Amino acid sequence: MNFSPTIVAFLCNWCAYTGADLAGTSRLHYAPNIRIIRIMCSGRIEPTFILKAFKEGADGVLICGCHPGDCHYQEGNYKCLRRFKLLEKFVAQMGIEKERLKLEWISASEGKQFAELVNEMTKTILRLGPSKVKKTLEVEPVN
Amino acid sequence: MTPEPVKTKLKLAVYWGAACGGCCVSVLDTHEKLLDIVAAADLVFWPIAMDIKYKDVENMPDQSIDLTLFNGAVRNSENKHMAEVLRKKTKILVAYGSCAYMGGIPGLANFFSKPEIFNRVYLETESTNNPEKTVPVEEFTVPEGTLEIPRMFNDVLPLNKVVDVDYYIPGCPPQSERLIDVFTLVAKGAELPPKGSVVGANDKTNCDECKRKKSDNKLLKKIYRPWEIQDDKETCFIEQGVICMGPATRSGCGVRCVEGNSPCRGCYGPPPGASDPGAKMMAAIGTMIDANKPEEIDEIIESIVDPAGLFYRFSLPGSILGRKVL
Repeated sequence: MNFSPTIVAFLCNWCAYTGADLAGTSRLHYAPNIRIIRIMCSGRIEPTFILKAFKEGADGVLICGCHPGDCHYQEGNYKCLRRFKLLEKFVAQMGIEKERLKLEWISASEGKQFAELVNEMTKTILRLGPSKVKKTLEVEPVN
Repeated sequence: MTPEPVKTKLKLAVYWGAACGGCCVSVLDTHEKLLDIVAAADLVFWPIAMDIKYKDVENMPDQSIDLTLFNGAVRNSENKHMAEVLRKKTKILVAYGSCAYMGGIPGLANFFSKPEIFNRVYLETESTNNPEKTVPVEEFTVPEGTLEIPRMFNDVLPLNKVVDVDYYIPGCPPQSERLIDVFTLVAKGAELPPKGSVVGANDKTNCDECKRKKSDNKLLKKIYRPWEIQDDKETCFIEQGVICMGPATRSGCGVRCVEGNSPCRGCYGPPPGASDPGAKMMAAIGTMIDANKPEEIDEIIESIVDPAGLFYRFSLPGSILGRKVL
């Protein structure tokens, strides 16, 4: 069976989502594997969201916010970066490949970069194969 | 409690799964109040204190026990069997203590798989002397017949992943006063909270009840382990750079660890509205890191040696992921 990854993407309203919108209005073709969730700021992202995405079957999670210094709320993206760095360490301890979790900065004008980023990440996940989180949760724990 | 209004005595059971025995001791720690408890209730099953066999419990009529305090996680087939038996025999089944509630300390074994654990324990440890490489087997045939021991599961499970649980009393161990509060309610026949509630604890976080001096200045340049700094005994641990689980932990213990000048470890589990205390704690600590450059952030995070073990010390099996990915 052909594996088609599911990537959950959290995009901030002001830069990244607008960038993704630009990719759409510019009629750019890119991998259809992402499921975009718009949030007001990347600083709103909690580790709970990401862990839940993995639990529900995401093969990868992508977070995009404004470039450093450009945050609509001054420093939300820095807060996101700090949480992300800590979560990255935790995720590795839990046996999830580091490449499945990605943070990138996308500005409102970077539609092309966004399309490339999605293609790139889809390729990475394709190489890694399906996430084992859901499978682990399905294993009968009393064995 | 006066003896005269007691018509029929309540039937009380205490059982341990994968536990250290501390929860059973917390029942004894009610001291002379234990006499009030036995005045109002018959203890029908309590392996640590009474000689009674599993088959006696199996032969009790269904729903005949009024209250069961199940402590300890579910680790093997014996724990699971007794959880199922007690569920059938009991009207109110309480997951008592951190292990039954969220997996507790034994739940840290979910960072490994069963083969890894067997390998380490029976073959690899520095003190192991096992030249024949003997490992436990579940069945063994001797001339007299077949002997069986319980099967260890791959995962450590909180009680609610095996049977339906009515209430949760958190803590490692639960504070004995809170047990008396809960028991008194049941004994009086008072109206009980909705099923699934956490009882014997409060609805806020430990920080809310903590008496240490707190300010808004929660920025971490470096994270220390408790022995690396001289605690000033009055400032918030987090402000001193020591990770304290207070922000993501339900109050109710009386902030005893911090009162004893040790940071909170999170045994009371998450406050209402938060399902995964470790993830919440990572969110809190993450934003407090006082650096903007990725390298500097990495350097600070490096001083958190084992985030998974630290933030999920008592709650790994009950958390979102539940165990390390196999």
